[in-house]
Amino acid sequence: MPIEISKRDYSLIGRDTKLAEEQGLASAEWYACPISRARLKELMQRRDGPAIRDTVIWFALLGITGYLGYRLWGSWWAILPFAAYGVLYGSSSDSRWHEDLHRTAFKTTWMNDALYEIGSFMILRESVPWRWSHTRHHTDTIIVGRDPEIAFPRPPDFLGIFLAAFALKSGPRELGRMCIHCLGRLTAAEATYIPDEERHKVYRNARIYVLIYAGFIAWSLAIHSILPLMYVGLPSFYGAWLGLIYGTTQHAGLAEDVLDHRLNCRTVYMNPINRFIYWNMNYHVEHHMFPMVPYHSLAALHKELKPDMPKPYGSILEAYREIIPALLRQRKDPTYFVKRELPARR
Amino acid sequence: MSGPWLDVCAPGDIAREDVMRFDGAGRTFAIYRTKDDRYYATDGNCTHARVHLSGGFVMGNLIECPKHNGRFDFTTGEAKGAPACTNLKTYKVRIEGGRLSIDPSI
Repeated sequence: MPIEISKRDYSLIGRDTKLAEEQGLASAEWYACPISRARLKELMQRRDGPAIRDTVIWFALLGITGYLGYRLWGSWWAILPFAAYGVLYGSSSDSRWHEDLHRTAFKTTWMNDALYEIGSFMILRESVPWRWSHTRHHTDTIIVGRDPEIAFPRPPDFLGIFLAAFALKSGPRELGRMCIHCLGRLTAAEATYIPDEERHKVYRNARIYVLIYAGFIAWSLAIHSILPLMYVGLPSFYGAWLGLIYGTTQHAGLAEDVLDHRLNCRTVYMNPINRFIYWNMNYHVEHHMFPMVPYHSLAALHKELKPDMPKPYGSILEAYREIIPALLRQRKDPTYFVKRELPARR
Repeated sequence: MSGPWLDVCAPGDIAREDVMRFDGAGRTFAIYRTKDDRYYATDGNCTHARVHLSGGFVMGNLIECPKHNGRFDFTTGEAKGAPACTNLKTYKVRIEGGRLSIDPSI
């Protein structure tokens, strides 16, 4: 018997927005695992050391791979260093952008803000609109009609997912928005979550981004080579694929419209290299539940909360063993989702 | 204008460099104690999304909202970083006879 499908409206100004509000899902109270205030306070402590160390390593790797790419430019061997440079630029910037958006990576505020601006530019996300978008994502995580960051609406768009590996869907969309912002305007959806007093910053930053891109395009044209754009601009596209692999594990295939992050986020164990690139965002349930805890304390937070959490995924591969069949099934049955098994209440 | 003071707790009931919730006079407040034993009071809810600040993180004179990491200087109520854009209301605090109380008048 064919399943009757009522397609959901993922926009922030449509039918499901009203529904979410009527059902009490907008700006609602979320479940939090029990943890003592004293222990949480310890875990919330901010430090500059870990993020300074990781940032120095990150920029050093960008410098080394970028230099090797320059030296090997003109030969096929240049693909290797640029592949690494691209991932460091177009994927690793996602986690730097994210942690500094929350201002938890460093203790020192200006360090968070400086790296946030750099990460935003690299990942092709304008810093002000995305701060507000992500704020809404934390208020209304995977609430249809409210969360602007639902990456896998149902039924899933497989062509879109493939294009996302090289930012070919989000990239042009972001560049388009940047042009709108340059003209001193917001999109209708952005107007629902960016307050008036922040809007002038959106327009200013968009103009700065466009000037930088224009500068690199002009430089490339002047020397008849795409080499300058291999360093700034293009790596946001050719280096995005690893960010997609990580990011897909966060929420894909899980429940919509629930008020418990254990049901709509995944915690996935990853090796130290992936955790360096991803800055521990693999502890995604923990991050959503307690966003004040910095990335370098998320593993410790995970240990504290583990008895009240669903079973974590043992690897990226294990997560994908669940995600891929779930997305394939959602293509035919958009009402399907993975039900996470919660531990019995203590 | 000064109204009736509300009895809150003994000063030692709030840990150093921490925040505590207090409900009284039909309203909700956040009461702070700094590392050097100064006490402050503000409205309880973040001005951005009505999340109670008592679950937040105190760093020096700053309180960070537990939901969206918006920050306020709790000694003045000043919003110090997006998504906190609107200042918090602050209230007078006094300690007398081993009790901490606040003046809830605006």
